[in-house]
Amino acid sequence: MSLDISFIGILIGSIMASSVPLILAASGELITERSGVLNLGVEGMMIIGAISGFALMVITDNLFIAIVGSMLSGVIISLIFGFLTQSLLTNHVATGLALTIFSIGLSAMLGKNFVGIPGKEFPILFSSLRESIPFFGPILFGHSIVLYFAFALPFLTNYFLKKTKLGLVVRAVGDSPVSASNQGINVILVRYCCILYGGAMCGLAGAYLSLIYTPQWIENMTAGRGWIALALVVFATWSPIKVLIGALIFGGITILQLHMQAIGFRIPVQFLSALPYLMTIIVLVVISRDSRKIKLNTPTSLGRIFYKEK
Amino acid sequence: MYKNFFRYLISAIFLLGFSVNSNADFKVGFVYVGPTGDHGWTFQHHEGRNAVEAAGIKTTFVESVPEGADAERVIRQLAQSGHDLIFTTSFGYMDPTNKVAKDFPNVKFEHATGYKREHSNVSTYSARFYEGRTLLGHIAGKMTKTNTIGYIASFPIPEVIRGINAMTLAAQKVNPNIKTKIVWVFTWYDPGKEAEAAQALIDQGADVIMQHTDSTAPVQTAEKAGVWSFGQASDMQRFAPKSILTSIIDDWAPYYVERAIAARDGTWNQQDTWHGLKEGMVAMGPYNSAMGADLVKEVEQLQKDLASGKVHSFTGPIYDQKGNILVAEGKVADDGMLAGMSVYVKGVEGDIPK
Repeated sequence: MSLDISFIGILIGSIMASSVPLILAASGELITERSGVLNLGVEGMMIIGAISGFALMVITDNLFIAIVGSMLSGVIISLIFGFLTQSLLTNHVATGLALTIFSIGLSAMLGKNFVGIPGKEFPILFSSLRESIPFFGPILFGHSIVLYFAFALPFLTNYFLKKTKLGLVVRAVGDSPVSASNQGINVILVRYCCILYGGAMCGLAGAYLSLIYTPQWIENMTAGRGWIALALVVFATWSPIKVLIGALIFGGITILQLHMQAIGFRIPVQFLSALPYLMTIIVLVVISRDSRKIKLNTPTSLGRIFYKEK
Repeated sequence: MYKNFFRYLISAIFLLGFSVNSNADFKVGFVYVGPTGDHGWTFQHHEGRNAVEAAGIKTTFVESVPEGADAERVIRQLAQSGHDLIFTTSFGYMDPTNKVAKDFPNVKFEHATGYKREHSNVSTYSARFYEGRTLLGHIAGKMTKTNTIGYIASFPIPEVIRGINAMTLAAQKVNPNIKTKIVWVFTWYDPGKEAEAAQALIDQGADVIMQHTDSTAPVQTAEKAGVWSFGQASDMQRFAPKSILTSIIDDWAPYYVERAIAARDGTWNQQDTWHGLKEGMVAMGPYNSAMGADLVKEVEQLQKDLASGKVHSFTGPIYDQKGNILVAEGKVADDGMLAGMSVYVKGVEGDIPK
């Protein structure tokens, strides 16, 4: 293996690219969960985002419309979940699971005519800087705009939750919806907004796959990434920065183990394949040992149905 | 006398009516491991199903059925709901197929790429994809500049190992310096992971990428990186017009139609089918002109020789990684050995995952 410095730069660049869908989906789901709603439909919202983004790209030939449309489609799908769980008070877990199953089927149906169409190249930024600066070039430059947004998102989310009044409202609703309601906060409205926001981010995560990462539509192309994003939120103990770290470790080990195989390390391949899951859990458990902080970050009434007594 | 004659006539008409009726009700079921839109393995089986349907036979299919317990449930469901012939189209359906076949002796089963025929109503069929791999190996050996061929492998089953070996032997023949680097992804279908595996192999110096997985992601990654690649299961050329040198195409349609008609007409027998380039079950996509006219001619000749049996993919002497002889000089590997292949030939790097 050529272990020179520029190669490591390229490697880090591709690790970043592979973790983008996890960061986007997990950051969105984090806000939803911090408001006390457990939406297991992440995988479903992602796959709907993937097909809508790709379909709109083919139909309109406009990548901006495709990206915005994929987010809107995530919003629409999550609105179904919101209506069921918030207005009709159905069980979060069952509704979320149903949403995923429904979305996978729906996306396959919508996508029937889009199979076998090659995607369009997505513009990348600063591609000349990527080539001219060794090591830092491939890390910092030559990515799509969505990647830069994804890497800013955990910090923005952190700021939003900790420093803004609205963030406080979201946390209050997630911790004690009854007290929040007594304070005059419209709990249902706040939860609706958080659900829709989560839907938009999951839709974008799906579109990243079908428009940028592997530009094409094939059925079931999210291949379980939504479930990993869900697990990341829990293992990162609902902290946005730890979600970012977890996503990078997961993407990093996934890619490193492929390289180790290609180099010919004499480690059982099954172990290498399990490594990303194992390492992500270990690292996240180790960095979130502080039980006081976990209590502070965990939305106490996660997944519980709230209804206002009249 | 006449009374009796009429009685016989009426019952004969009835019986005829019944058999016509059961003809009309004849149904064929298909179980797929992936979605019909994968544009690879399952897509080709689905094309085969379409051909059966076009021949006027009713069909049903169930897609994305995981190998294992779910598969048995789905196969049983198809058998119970009046299907007369059921095609199970993935290696991992082998045990479930045989299990269900035992309970439904009147239903015929056809299992793809397996070797177990525990009951008289189970047939197996597969294609000699390794003949296609031999052609790919020949091309790859000639086209590589870095002498490194990258191979994305799915699961360590004989089918996959046979492909790796056939490719490596053919590549070595034209280029003794080639190395085969293998990455196991443990999935038939995960576009993101397949793309990452392709990228890792390219970063490690491979300039020809080959896949034994089902999505088009690896060829697209190769196209982006400017290296060569080969399509898998169906013609993937339009996904990577510059990069794809040719594709191995699975053509199940003639076999499916033949077997469905045989089952309907009552001439179906248990058999083990293994067709290749000769019968057309394995076909090659168009050759990329970037190969140059000479190489295209060479490969077309090799394709003809493989089809006629003049050349065999596994012709001795063949050694395993430790140098033990597998096939003696002048001999060719028999089908039994090919079907159970579980060691790498000399020149392949690494160990087979156990």
